Amino acid sequence: MTKDEALFEFLIRLGDNGLVLAQRLGEWCGHAHQLESDIALTNVALDNLGQARMALSEAGKVEGKGRTEDDLAFHRTEMEYRNNLLLEQENGDFAQTITRQFLFDVFQYELLMGLKSSSSEFLQSFAVKSLKEVSYHRSLSSDWMVRLGDGTDLSHEKMQDALNLLWQYTGELFEKTEADKVLIEAGLAPDLEKLKGNWENIVEEVLKKATLEIPDTKGFMATGSRRGEHTEFLGYILAEMQYLPRTMPEAKW
Amino acid sequence: MTDNKTSDQGILWEVFIQSKPGIPHKHAGSLHAHDAEMALKNARDVYTRRKEGISLWVVPANAITASTEADADSFFDPADDKVYRHPTFYTVPEGVKYL
Repeated sequence: MTKDEALFEFLIRLGDNGLVLAQRLGEWCGHAHQLESDIALTNVALDNLGQARMALSEAGKVEGKGRTEDDLAFHRTEMEYRNNLLLEQENGDFAQTITRQFLFDVFQYELLMGLKSSSSEFLQSFAVKSLKEVSYHRSLSSDWMVRLGDGTDLSHEKMQDALNLLWQYTGELFEKTEADKVLIEAGLAPDLEKLKGNWENIVEEVLKKATLEIPDTKGFMATGSRRGEHTEFLGYILAEMQYLPRTMPEAKW
Repeated sequence: MTDNKTSDQGILWEVFIQSKPGIPHKHAGSLHAHDAEMALKNARDVYTRRKEGISLWVVPANAITASTEADADSFFDPADDKVYRHPTFYTVPEGVKYL
């Protein structure tokens, strides 16, 4: 595997994570429990969409086959998507959306911190710009974790249910492939395994404040996104998102 | 002080934004939140999405004492005929902003 092939895979992961999460959060537009949260969630969605656009555009350049960000977003099937399974999981209720967000934000923050010292100029500047956004996302979702986890009996129960459902999707955030070996060697991206310690510390600290318990999955963790094997939900997301450009490929704003 | 009841949306807060260094915070609007920390985050999300400011204040709405409609005549009308209180009889030096 060449350096460019590895970098392409990495940029696609970054881009797909942002894109799928943005699409999910966008579903909340006009439906959140109060106007303030409605806008907060769509702000986060737009930040993620911006990150996705940067990453996918760069992926197209690195690939060198003339594919644009739109080609990559709208003309790949779910088997070609490399977003983590966590991000395609349903919004559920607000508890589920916030828990998904929190588990991802802590990961994304650690990843971006690692990318700040990447040997790629693009990844460095991507990290610096995105860190400001993700620091806020992490602070927002951590606040809600504590507020609702350590809130009423009902909110606590909903948060624990969400955590029980989503925890199994956190393992593959740190899964490495052939591409990761090449990236680490070239100093392009951090070793995902080494991010895990910090991720666990921060997650545990917030969950403790939130009086929530890490579920015992008896060692089970869902896996598959690195090979394009997704849960049932991604197909529906893409069907909705890709409908227009696939039906009318020449459509312009 | 007027009532500021807690609902499931929290209490009402007034939001003030400073748009540039050195100039006063201006009232931007209001929002609901359960505490000050949440009010500040909500203010950031609702009122500063388009680079409106560099600093935010949030104040519980019931901490603001407002003049009333009934006071308007005695409060404000006496200023009507006192044009000499305006600093319009000076020449403003060039380069003075935000006066």
